[in-house]
Order: sequence, then C-alpha cells, then structure tokens
Amino acid sequence: MIRVQREDFDIGAEIAALTAGRHAIGGIASFIGLVRDVAGDTTVGAMTLEHYPGMTETKLAEIEAEAHRRWRLDASLIIHRYGRLEPGDRIVLVLTAAAHREAALASCGFLIDWLKTQAPFWKLEETGSGDRWVAARDADEDAARRWRDEQGQ
Amino acid sequence: MKLLYFAWLRTKIGIAEEQIDLPPEVRDVGALLRWLQGRGAGFAEALKDLSVVRVAVNQDYVKFDHKLRPGDEVALFPPVTGG
Repeated sequence: MIRVQREDFDIGAEIAALTAGRHAIGGIASFIGLVRDVAGDTTVGAMTLEHYPGMTETKLAEIEAEAHRRWRLDASLIIHRYGRLEPGDRIVLVLTAAAHREAALASCGFLIDWLKTQAPFWKLEETGSGDRWVAARDADEDAARRWRDEQGQ
Repeated sequence: MKLLYFAWLRTKIGIAEEQIDLPPEVRDVGALLRWLQGRGAGFAEALKDLSVVRVAVNQDYVKFDHKLRPGDEVALFPPVTGG
C-alpha cells in the first residue's frame, strides 16, 4: 500500500492495520525517517517537502511491486509526507511483513534505498542564512545501486 | 504540451507549469532543453548545467534522446531527495 499525505501517521496503528488477521506473518521490519535539526555544520529550523503528485504515487507503487517480486512478502506499506515539517517530525514510514525476518529486513532496506533515488521529492531547508535546496547525495545513489544486481529470496 | 518545473528549477524559472506549442524542429528532450535555454534569463540560469536536470515524460524518467509527442506532460526537476 502507498500513501502520500501531509498529515502525520501513527506507527502503532499502521502496524496493527497491516497485520490484522494475517497470521502467516512472522515478522515486521520498519524504517521511520525523521527530520534532523542539523545538516553538516548548519542548523536546520524546518524543511518543506515538495513532490510531483501523480508521478510520486506511480513510482512508489513500482518500487513496492519490485520488492514483492524480489522477496516473499505478506504485506507492505509506504507512507511519505510532504509539506512543511520541523525537526523530530516523521517524514517517511516503510513497513514490510513476511513469514521470516530475512525477507522483511532486506526488503525494507531495499525500499528506503530505492525510494530515495526514484520517488520525486525535494527538500527545502530553512537555515539561519536563508532557505536552501538539499542536494542529492552520491551515497544514496551508491546505496540504491547495491540492489541492482542483487535478487531477493 | 504541458511543462512542469519543480524545486529550484521552478523558483529560478519563476513558474510551476505552462502549456506550450513546440517548434517543429524540437523533436526530443535534448532539443527541448536547448530551446528552453533561449527563452530568457531565468530559463538560462536554471538550465545552465544539464547534469543536474532530470526529465520525466508522462510521469516516467527518460533520457535526453527520448522523442516527444504533442500531448506529452514533460517535467523538469533536480535529482530527487526524498526519504
């Protein structure tokens, strides 16, 4: 499942909803991304996430389908927020549920790595010296590339 | 054709979207970018370094040799930074 929303999400409620009645699930892996108050040596007061409505949902659904193709998953959920967020706020939630931990943990890592390089989101940080757009990191591209040649299980 | 601009491409160009009729010689994404560079200072500034410009046609990533059609939705944006 994919959700792109301005509102916050309740992690416990999302896990409960994802697993309700599905007793083949043996484990759930999660990634929760938070807004940090520092970027390098600069203090960040807040950030605004912009996205491309339509393409965002399409890309997230493609990435999720790819995870289900590579791993035997019982359920998954990606929630990504947009709009203005402050330090400590939740940005993104990835949940993957499977019979065993290997598939859940690996697919969760895959989803967040691919999401960062494929989903059309951009971050504008508010700093003491004005607003600035966050540049893409080579490390994120490297993390995503690591999965290109790997298959799931 | 519908053109969309996001993030700092939007702020440098000064608009989020526009509807344009392509000149007949503009047949692919690369030609579109070169044509846009000549449309004013904002466009020239935003598109001066094409290594940091990504393009989606009809909401899918494409390369600069991708052929364009009249009804396409073309989006220009910087490398993405979600998650």
